[in-house]
Amino acid sequence: MSLQQMFFMYFAIAMTGLSLLIVTRKNPVHSVLMMLLLFVHIAGLYLFLNAEFMAAIQIIVYAGAIMVLFLFVIMLLNLRSEETVAKYQKQWPVSVGIGVVLAASLVIILSKITVIPQLGEYSIEAIQAEGSLMTVGKVLYTQYLLPFEIASIILLVAIIGAVVLAKKRIQ
Amino acid sequence: MAFADMIWVFIKVSIVVSVLLLHVSYVVYFERKVIGHMQARLGPMRVGWHGLLQPIADAIKLFFKEDIMPSQADKPIFYIAPLIGVLAAIGSVAVIPMWDGFSIANLNIGLLYILALSSVGSYAIILAGWASNSKYSFLGGLRSAAQVISYEIAMGLSLVGIMLMSGSANLTDIVNAQSNYWFIFTQPVACFVFIVAAIAETNRVPFDMPEAETELVAGYATEYSGIRFGLFFMAEYAGMFIMSALVAICFLGGWDGPDIWPLTLVPGFVWFIVKVYGFIFFYFWIRATLPRYRYDQLMSLGWKLFIPLALANIVFTALMKLIWN
Repeated sequence: MSLQQMFFMYFAIAMTGLSLLIVTRKNPVHSVLMMLLLFVHIAGLYLFLNAEFMAAIQIIVYAGAIMVLFLFVIMLLNLRSEETVAKYQKQWPVSVGIGVVLAASLVIILSKITVIPQLGEYSIEAIQAEGSLMTVGKVLYTQYLLPFEIASIILLVAIIGAVVLAKKRIQ
Repeated sequence: MAFADMIWVFIKVSIVVSVLLLHVSYVVYFERKVIGHMQARLGPMRVGWHGLLQPIADAIKLFFKEDIMPSQADKPIFYIAPLIGVLAAIGSVAVIPMWDGFSIANLNIGLLYILALSSVGSYAIILAGWASNSKYSFLGGLRSAAQVISYEIAMGLSLVGIMLMSGSANLTDIVNAQSNYWFIFTQPVACFVFIVAAIAETNRVPFDMPEAETELVAGYATEYSGIRFGLFFMAEYAGMFIMSALVAICFLGGWDGPDIWPLTLVPGFVWFIVKVYGFIFFYFWIRATLPRYRYDQLMSLGWKLFIPLALANIVFTALMKLIWN
């Protein structure tokens, strides 16, 4: 096994293990911590793919902002009394069924994939020559400008919605 | 990577980390002396000449004190929290260029890397507050969570102006882009927002709500003792060093000194250190001058003043760049 494969194996196994730990922890704060570790591993995988910018944004946005908000809400709710609720609810056979179907479809899809040998315009050398920040920016603001703007408008709608909800409560 | 390169990196890491740790202990001494003289006191005087050995004595005391753990605390998180803080703070130093060509890792995303690690560092305080299972610690942790989220946005947005001006997020490139004029003259608004956000981000007076001792005993650190308390202290002072280094690099031209004959002989490293410690002095000066803000004032200041200011600065800078190019 080459060094690269070893790195990838580590990340793959650690991420699977961490995902399992997230859903099996009784204490929600422990789950959040495991999720933080998972995000750090995802960032590591991005670095491994020469996507430095994505790695940094992964940490800043997910670990830095979203998980802190999760933690904030969990702490405010003070879920300690909820820890005694049974782990398995009535619907568990349905959940297992859906899980098996999804896993099976994933295996089928992965077995059908054929690797295309020729590389696209953005090879590792091309990205390294320009820097991943510059490359992402250029592609985002030229080739994918419309989807980018649509995403911005959706976020703007969410912000306005939040303002409206917050205003209502005061009156 | 060749073997010799690895040795060189190892030497660089050990130099930077040991200098940073010494800096942390002596900057505490510096702070006590400066604030002492500002309040017409002498500061530490007993241990060694003018109290010079005081930090060593403090460190030894912290190492040998009992590590107390509250009975209902969440054990693993209580232990890990201070380590997260210290690791995030020390990790940030890796990308800071001390002089031309000397940084452990010359990353293209250096600025983003520091922002990412500073947001990881805030977990230390939040988790410490939660895991201690004490009301004061918990309130400190929650305050810190809200404060850090709010001011991180303003800080990131103010740095966008710098990235626009230099066309790069690489800290060495940012310094090189200031060879004609420092960014403090072209980006005064960004500089102002960044300095205020940096004080809030490192939980220093007047924004030290998470550890306000008149309200919350010692905030998130109330239940910590011995070396774990020391680690929080270390993380805070290392964080101050990083923020000061960022001000020096992004706004004051980094290792760039004045271009007058006798002064050009001074190595760039000295200029960098002078700027960093000048800004650390500014931190102490503010601490000795300003009273603590109220919590709601802090929040409205962050969201209603600094974020709009930083956004306006981005729009203005981008427009100017568009017109001049």
